[in-house]
Amino acid sequence: MRLRKTPLWRRILTVDLPMLAILAFTLGPYAWMFLTSVTPEARLFVEGPSILGATFENYARLFRTVGFGRNLLDSLIVAGGTVVVGLSLSITAAYAFSRFEFKAKRLLMMQFLLINMFPLVLLILPLFVLMRVLGLLDTHAALIIANSTIAIPFSVWMMVSYMNGIPRSLDEAAMTDGCTRLGALRRVILPLCAPGIVATGIYIFITAWNEYLYALTLGGRNVRTITVAVQTLIGEYEVQWGLLTAGGIIGAMPATVLFLLVQKRLISGLTQGAVKG
Amino acid sequence: MTDTTVPDAGPTGRPLGRRVLPYAMLSPAVLVTLAIVFFPMLQTAWMSLHDYVLFRPHRFEFLGLDNYRKALADEVFWISLRHTAIWIGITVPAQLLLGLATALLLNQDFPWRPLARALIIIPWALPSVVIALMWVWIYDSNYGLMNDFLLRLGLIEQAMPWLARPDTALGAIILTLTWQGFPFFAVMILAGLQSIPRSYYEAAAIDGASAWRQFWHITLPGISSVLVTAVLLRMIWVANSFDVIFVMTGGGPGYSTYTLPLYAFIKARTNLDFGYGSALAVLFTLLLMGVVLIYLRRTGKAVSR
Repeated sequence: MRLRKTPLWRRILTVDLPMLAILAFTLGPYAWMFLTSVTPEARLFVEGPSILGATFENYARLFRTVGFGRNLLDSLIVAGGTVVVGLSLSITAAYAFSRFEFKAKRLLMMQFLLINMFPLVLLILPLFVLMRVLGLLDTHAALIIANSTIAIPFSVWMMVSYMNGIPRSLDEAAMTDGCTRLGALRRVILPLCAPGIVATGIYIFITAWNEYLYALTLGGRNVRTITVAVQTLIGEYEVQWGLLTAGGIIGAMPATVLFLLVQKRLISGLTQGAVKG
Repeated sequence: MTDTTVPDAGPTGRPLGRRVLPYAMLSPAVLVTLAIVFFPMLQTAWMSLHDYVLFRPHRFEFLGLDNYRKALADEVFWISLRHTAIWIGITVPAQLLLGLATALLLNQDFPWRPLARALIIIPWALPSVVIALMWVWIYDSNYGLMNDFLLRLGLIEQAMPWLARPDTALGAIILTLTWQGFPFFAVMILAGLQSIPRSYYEAAAIDGASAWRQFWHITLPGISSVLVTAVLLRMIWVANSFDVIFVMTGGGPGYSTYTLPLYAFIKARTNLDFGYGSALAVLFTLLLMGVVLIYLRRTGKAVSR
């Protein structure tokens, strides 16, 4: 396949052009949304979206009249909180899975994997009832707890795969030097895992930021995340597509940027299991 | 890995402490998941056996399996089930084929490959609400890109309200979800492709095997395990995801885009009928369990290796 050097025109025809077509399909809708968002409302339905005379008027309106700032803050608190809960609970658990042999290890690991497979709809109804009983509806805590149902198991699995990549001899060396198990975890393993922890944290942040159904069901007037706000826009400003698409761009921005920053490490972590399996 | 790698109960060791340590380290995560996942799940099962409507909080009457009987006699249940099957049956293969093609292209040598690889995953990182929003705009009956595009190509004669017609709404959403999910396949398959030793292809080329035969005899077997894992994961994921449908059509027009999880959610959310909604959710989970168990068994083998 690769032995003979293929002529340039042939490569362009069989690789570059099809790739461009797929990329156009992938990015087209996004580009179209952006173009719509910078087109002045008055011109949108006359001439259609265009880059000429671009304006950020829609974005300004979003923050001035719709109050998107509050929604961004709510999303930030919920996503940040989920990262803290997810990571802090899963680090010691991942270490135990990675370093020890014990009864029920496989069962417990499978338990975490199983959780990720459960239909969200199975959890969303009882969580609503539970939060109502606890008086937590429409608080950040409710959304952080709900998002943790996904974040904890995911993060445990990712961290186990990162920790398995660190040789056990390092823990043992640290313990010979007088560290306790936990000391070895804190001083040796955690620093070495830092890139993996950051990638996992960012992935949790993105999923929590993007989450919609929990936010819709458990949030409300006080806590309204950006995804719910965008959906509300669709209902309220039905035909004002400039405003709507500006909301979409803002809502997608943090996740997209973060994702592009860590995509390489993240994908290697995500695909590792699948390739080995 | 065997027990010998762990220095168990050495002469100075504290065997009990050593034995308890892993459980102690696991307990926070396990206890929290028990509390926020397994306990609520049992609660769903419990609610499904009752007549439980949220605006009548004092009536929580035990019904036994009546909710389930009601579901099996419910026409909408069967419609939703059929749509769920169509939904998975078209979306997952479409994502797989497009993902496979993309991965094969990304595995070739061309100068802007790193850029293409980074950009291709963007749909995957977008919030589903934003995806729904932008596709509703694309499908817009007056100003949408889709109508514009097809009209110019002469494929349709007049603008179509894609999401408002019962015969096109489900297809339109399937296209949206294909768009969202194929990058996942592409990156998974690409990782699989890169794990195939290059020497296999070199040997095959020396033996004069055509590109097609190389694909059939080296590439496909090399990525078959990744393919199966990815398909199983996607089936579970696609079956579960109803947020895009909920935002795009809310299940309409009529029942034409209802899937089972969406039906359960709508029952609980708009009718506040948590008893019946729970029963639907449990039925859906039981149906999905088949796929989940296959996946768990495969991964279980990999873990114990």
